[in-house]
Amino acid sequence: MAQFTLPQNSKLDKSAGKHHKAPEGSKKVRNFKIYRYDPDTGANPRMDTYEVDMASCGPMILDALIKIKNETDATLTFRRSCREGICGSCAMNIDGTNTLACTKTCEEVKGEVVIYPLPHMPVVKDLVPDLTHFYAQLASIEPWLKTDSPAPTRERLQSEEDRAKLDGLYECILCACCTTSCPSYWWNGDRYLGPAILLQAYRWLADSRDEATGSRLDELEDPFKLYRCHTIMNCAKTCPKGLNPAKAIAETKKMLVERRV
Amino acid sequence: MSLRSPLSRARGLGSAKDGVHHFWVQRVTAVALIPLTLWFVFSVANLAGGDYHAVRHWVSAPSVAIMLVLFILTMLYHSALGVQVVIEDYVHHEGLKLLSLMGQKFLHAIVAAASVYAILRVAL
Repeated sequence: MAQFTLPQNSKLDKSAGKHHKAPEGSKKVRNFKIYRYDPDTGANPRMDTYEVDMASCGPMILDALIKIKNETDATLTFRRSCREGICGSCAMNIDGTNTLACTKTCEEVKGEVVIYPLPHMPVVKDLVPDLTHFYAQLASIEPWLKTDSPAPTRERLQSEEDRAKLDGLYECILCACCTTSCPSYWWNGDRYLGPAILLQAYRWLADSRDEATGSRLDELEDPFKLYRCHTIMNCAKTCPKGLNPAKAIAETKKMLVERRV
Repeated sequence: MSLRSPLSRARGLGSAKDGVHHFWVQRVTAVALIPLTLWFVFSVANLAGGDYHAVRHWVSAPSVAIMLVLFILTMLYHSALGVQVVIEDYVHHEGLKLLSLMGQKFLHAIVAAASVYAILRVAL
């Protein structure tokens, strides 16, 4: 059956959480409750509370995380790079929603800021999930332009209307917020491609320059790879870039019907 | 620990090249069920207060019997497709999955046969 309870060693140890006080003289203290897991100790994960002085902290959640790592606890581990919502590295579950730490403001969150890694993925350490399978699934849909016609001497031309069909698709930064918010991916992630990868697949199906539409559809037509999507729409709700993977999946399903009726 | 590459694991056994039929038939039966269900609900509501003989008389009209058979078969087909999806979603033990997928098909077929037999027996 689907695993509705956590494996033994991944249960939160409620009593083990540490409390890190803000330095004396802090003006605007705010609590950040952060998931901690260190595979080297063999201990179960815990929730640590960090008091952060917002008076000397940047506006974004990522600013607070960097401040904690710099000033309070250097062992806190998370991924980050561009700090402007284009690399997708700092995707995590903040205040109950998957999003990017760098584009979410601390102000948006009421009360304590609770941060977990992306849900239902193996955790490498603290807020760092193992995305190996996610990237392998991306590779499996062959996300590049495929053509049989000889390469033109200049660019491959595309009309403005055809280019417009890629809007809402090309912006995806593969942060995995949507895929890890999808219950269908939680229960069948080994076979189901998930919203992010299916949106990427549709990005190439929708590209007028691509010549492999038929074989791409052949590869997607599968009860598990594609049809595990039940239009739950968590993907569209959580996407930090405001995209709609559920719509891309629905368009793919329409194309599959279209080519046989 | 598996030494298979991540890509090999992601590709798995490849595409089943199947699923559109299930998707399409589920929608076709859903559309068919809109008028059929409306007809059924209104007809049964009309029978309110009627006795056993009134219902028998209603079922024995050829048009009603045909509509009832259509309603039952469409609904059970739609239901079989739906239950199949639920099992595929949540049952992860391969043996149990195979058994329940077969079992639910048999169950739907048995209910369909019994329903059609019952309708025809009253109607004919």
